[in-house]
Amino acid sequence: MSAPGEIEYTRVRDLHGPLMVVEGVNGVGWDEFATIALDSGERRHGLVLEVDRDLAVVQVLEDTAGMDPGGTRVAFSGTPLRIPVGTGWLGRVCNGRGEPADGGPPVLGSVDAPVGGAPINPVRREPPTEAVLTGVGAIDVLTTLVRGQKLPVFSAAGLPHLQLAVQVAAQATCGGEAFAVVFAGMGLTHADAAFVRDGLAERSAARELVLLLNTADDPVIERLLTPRLALTVAEHLAFDGGRHVLVVMTDMTAYSEALREVSAARGEIPARRAYPGYLYSDLASLYERCGRIRDRPGSVTVLPVLTMPAGDITHPVPDLTGYITEGQIVLSAEVHTRGTYPPVDPLGSLSRLMRKGAGEGRTRDDHPPVAAQLIAALARAREVRELADLIGRPALSAVDHRYLDLEDAFLRRFLAQGADENRPLDEALDRAWEVLLTLPPSQLGMIPAALLDAHRAPGDDHPGAEGTPP
Amino acid sequence: MGAMTFPSASQRQGPGDSGPAHVLRVAGPLVEIVRTSGVAMHDMVLLGEERLPGEVVAIRGDVVTVQAYEYTGGLAPGHPARPRGGPLAVRLGPGLLGGVFDGLLRPLARAGDMLRAGVRGTEPDGRRLRFTPGVAEGKRVAAGDVLGDVAAAVPLRVLVPPGCSGVVGWVAPAGDHGEDAVVAVVDGHEVSMARSRPVRRPGPVEGRLAGGRPLHTGQRAVDLLFPVARGGTVAVPGGFGTGKTMLLQQIAKWCDVDVIVYVGCGERGNEMADVIEELSALTDPRTGGRLAERTVTIANTSNMPMMAREASVHTGTTVAEYFRDMGLDVVVIADSTSRWAEALREFASRMGELPAEEGYPARLASELAAFYERAAEVRTLGGATGSVTVIGAVSPPGGDRTEPVTAHTERFVRCLWSLDRDLAYARHYPAVSWADSFSRDAAAVAVAHARAGDPRWAERRERVAGLLAEADRLADLVELVGVTALPPRERISVLAGRLLREGVIQQNALSPSDAYSTPEKTAALVEAVLTVIDRCFARVDSGVRADAVEAVDFTPLLRAREDAGPGESAPVEAARDTMLERLGATR
Repeated sequence: MSAPGEIEYTRVRDLHGPLMVVEGVNGVGWDEFATIALDSGERRHGLVLEVDRDLAVVQVLEDTAGMDPGGTRVAFSGTPLRIPVGTGWLGRVCNGRGEPADGGPPVLGSVDAPVGGAPINPVRREPPTEAVLTGVGAIDVLTTLVRGQKLPVFSAAGLPHLQLAVQVAAQATCGGEAFAVVFAGMGLTHADAAFVRDGLAERSAARELVLLLNTADDPVIERLLTPRLALTVAEHLAFDGGRHVLVVMTDMTAYSEALREVSAARGEIPARRAYPGYLYSDLASLYERCGRIRDRPGSVTVLPVLTMPAGDITHPVPDLTGYITEGQIVLSAEVHTRGTYPPVDPLGSLSRLMRKGAGEGRTRDDHPPVAAQLIAALARAREVRELADLIGRPALSAVDHRYLDLEDAFLRRFLAQGADENRPLDEALDRAWEVLLTLPPSQLGMIPAALLDAHRAPGDDHPGAEGTPP
Repeated sequence: MGAMTFPSASQRQGPGDSGPAHVLRVAGPLVEIVRTSGVAMHDMVLLGEERLPGEVVAIRGDVVTVQAYEYTGGLAPGHPARPRGGPLAVRLGPGLLGGVFDGLLRPLARAGDMLRAGVRGTEPDGRRLRFTPGVAEGKRVAAGDVLGDVAAAVPLRVLVPPGCSGVVGWVAPAGDHGEDAVVAVVDGHEVSMARSRPVRRPGPVEGRLAGGRPLHTGQRAVDLLFPVARGGTVAVPGGFGTGKTMLLQQIAKWCDVDVIVYVGCGERGNEMADVIEELSALTDPRTGGRLAERTVTIANTSNMPMMAREASVHTGTTVAEYFRDMGLDVVVIADSTSRWAEALREFASRMGELPAEEGYPARLASELAAFYERAAEVRTLGGATGSVTVIGAVSPPGGDRTEPVTAHTERFVRCLWSLDRDLAYARHYPAVSWADSFSRDAAAVAVAHARAGDPRWAERRERVAGLLAEADRLADLVELVGVTALPPRERISVLAGRLLREGVIQQNALSPSDAYSTPEKTAALVEAVLTVIDRCFARVDSGVRADAVEAVDFTPLLRAREDAGPGESAPVEAARDTMLERLGATR
């Protein structure tokens, strides 16, 4: 068994793509971490993808560019990669490999943990039931994020998903309980990376944030490590440190492309769109690290952000993500074109755990019926709008007109929100009421009569006033 | 990789020496070891000092390929590999009931918060169970005969194991025993409550039966239109968000079998936690105890080791056969078989097998067929009737039904309950499409219903299917020209479709009275709605305007499914009479 720095192997046989084949190794195990020293003095890092007798296939995180087989020394750590974990990460900004990018010293910790993690025992999982409030009305009211959930944002090129991710990361809270955010950026442009750092500076200064940023010109293969580091740090902060931790991972499409690149270099048999057949399991090994554990405080909530290539929701990355996650927040180019931020598509979005995380004792007792009624009304409004496009507005019935008003009020009064506006849930729900009351009470059948009476304006009772916007 | 000679690879073991072999190559779950004598295909091997379980999947020359059932990080060439001299097997006993296990049937209850790789015991807790002898000493018995009863949520039996027969030399008196205690001696063989069975070989039976006994799932869309017989096979394809898991969970809760084996195969951890919690909270309508007590849950979530996912569906079926052999009806629910197929593909690709469609190995179709073929209604070795019904979810990527797993599965199953995205998005539960689903058991089930005193079952099914198809055909037309442009009778057909969809087919999974429906309630609802539809047709035939009929408030009829309890028919009939009265008043 090799120990760190003990044996250096120099017989590099092949270099191709991100892969390096070292021969003459002895006792090197699968998935071990490797440190690579170049004659130039540069140090790179790698993971063992395969060991075959005395050969080791190593995936080089920084890519093999500039490496010369004659001037490369490789040392194996003897174990899969472990990183120090603990509160030392809070308030730090690091690159995608976890090395400081803020001019500070390397992050140290008294404990370390394997970056691959270990599956949570399904029997020991506590079903998620309490909300994480994001201060974004559309998310909190319509697709409530629940502690321990994995809820992705499906976006497309040109939409403000990064802005939304940063806003959520900056504003999210868990009802006053200890909270932290781990933000993992993969393949971000420098401008985007700077935007993330600026937007989250306050949270970072409050030592509630861990920022891991892999930029677009950073090594592609490093992106395979970034979310694993983020989740390993988050798990410790949550399950040992008792915090509720929100892990934001953006962009998972960039991550999946790195996975495809390695798979192609290894000559693996491709599945859909040349992504490897294990894309589902690989993504699951990340997303499934969210959750709550019985008898332990803290939770890990995962918010992956991904761009759907060409806006195609059946593309393997959003498709497989959708199979693993518990719902999705879909951003809509159409809403974005209308100039509304955040451009959430209320009908395509869904939080499967909302049923358990919203309502009496969790958020507010009127929350579930209001959300359900709003979605139903918007679905009807969309049908009316399609009909209006066919037959013209004048031909619509009086009630149909009110649905068009509702859709308009929804965009203006409910959905639209400033990118730095932290909207309390009460205000967001009140705005939802305001939007709903554009409709006559006869159209609000999903709301219990008592609730409806309590929220209607006093002058609304006589028949003549029915449907007057409040 | 080029075949390099590893120094110690040449030190071959002598014949008969079953000492440890060693590892040659590791690539994720694929491990190659040096061949030693006595290693057979599908034998179990323990890898490394951690003793990670694995199974032999190929033997080529001096190299044995093993698929590892745990994370192999740190495993290196030269590490020991210990063949166990027998196939991958699981331990089956009455204590399985109520338990939650991983893909290799190792109990999860005592495994800690995080699952680390390594050996974990397969022994259940030290519970003692009540044994009552059912055979006298000195009696001659054969394989499958009953030696005694074991008290549990469902009556269990201790049977003479396969391949064993002779005179009962001793049988334990009534009393509490551990699972491994000997409770009888047959022809010198000690028999305990628990026994070991290889997972990949179907258990022996006397013969297969023709089947036809209907399995009531409590879900009307299925029981009425696409029924499955006990011992049948069902595939449930549906894209994400179409409610597959919801439907399967409802079936697990309500279907009328003795034992449920729920295999969570590569699916969500939170969902699994939810299933486990709900099953242990629910009262069993049959026994009054908790539903979990007659359920065996196998949880191999998507982030648990991939190859154990591959084993888990076979493990589940093996458990089901164990209970079937006692003369019980068992359902295996596998969610999702696509994740199982992906594990097959992953390993085939690492083995360098030639890919067929979309990277899946050419044997995908036969593997699927073999899995579903273990479902059957059988005459057991002991002469009892038992059944294993298999219900498998399929998750087609991108909702594409032509992809290999869906396409092949459709060929091998008796029933297909295809979930429709549009129905699901319209919050219509269960989103079973009446246009894209089928049941090849329907004729046999109709005969069984007729024999049980419901001769009109087949007729009702045919009517409902016909009306739904007609309404669908007209719906396309209505989108173009509007409903008012249709002739009166066709307008009533559109209305009939709506009444059937909302009043019969749709169900409220969260309502205590509508979450499941007994055959009697389903029959009453269908009869009521069909009677009302007939009256609607009669009204327009007698000259009443179609819009007058459409304007009738049908709410009592549509609410009947929630107003009537799961087994009640009277409120349904009352709703029907109210409707007939209202229709009578139309002019």
